[in-house]
Amino acid sequence: MKITEQHQTQSIPTDLAGLDAWLDKKLDEKLAQRKAARTPSLAIIATKGTMDMAYPPFILASTAAALGWDSSVFFTFYGLGLLKKDLQIKVSPLGNPAMPMKMPFGPEWLQHINMKIPNFVAGNMPGFESFATAMMEQTTKTKGVPSILELRDICVESGVKLVACQMTVDLFNYRKEEFMPEISEWIGATTYLASAKDADICLFI
Amino acid sequence: MEAKQTLDARGLNCPLPILRTKKSLISLQSGETLKVISTDPGSLKDMSSFCSQTGNELLSSQQQGKDFEFVIRKA
Repeated sequence: MKITEQHQTQSIPTDLAGLDAWLDKKLDEKLAQRKAARTPSLAIIATKGTMDMAYPPFILASTAAALGWDSSVFFTFYGLGLLKKDLQIKVSPLGNPAMPMKMPFGPEWLQHINMKIPNFVAGNMPGFESFATAMMEQTTKTKGVPSILELRDICVESGVKLVACQMTVDLFNYRKEEFMPEISEWIGATTYLASAKDADICLFI
Repeated sequence: MEAKQTLDARGLNCPLPILRTKKSLISLQSGETLKVISTDPGSLKDMSSFCSQTGNELLSSQQQGKDFEFVIRKA
């Protein structure tokens, strides 16, 4: 009873148990205040350059920016290709056995059928990759899902930090002129780790 | 109540309804309302998460046939 009265007057309790409870309460209040004032942050590492692997980083990064978060994507290895000025990405059915093979047009019943195309056909038949890519592009269009290029533009517009890996350029003999000028920095592992250290969410894609 | 602005996000899929909502809110003053119409069933949960994360107030959220209608008051 005595402790409750002391809390109401906001004075610091003098007995040990009361002081302990008072400190807990104060700490909770302070932590909640800090959490509310803090801008959440998302740091993604994009390592793959195929269309299916390009969607998650661009969708999550643009959405995080829409939520008012600090959002950044570090593009490395095959992921760096996603920052090329001339963006030509494909989806590969080879080594992607769970990829559904469905028609993006035609009668409703046909669109629901998952065509079982053997992996040796999907992987070896010339032109199959381009065909699958065209089908996927058509599917995203009819379903109202934005294209990778559209999402990339939204990321740039909404202030997502697009960071590129310096080593990858040398590794694959790229020239920096091949990449979009909106890249905010060319960095290495150390700089990336330092910047991602305090991120609330860090994803490797 | 008539919303200050209406965003037609019908036919758009994740994450576009949210991204367009964010863009539309930029042009509004604090306290003004935006009506969003979408067909993406995911936008029901996403719109409420968007509002709780950004501090904007979700005044209403309802289904009208195949459409979902949201009214948001800018913080």
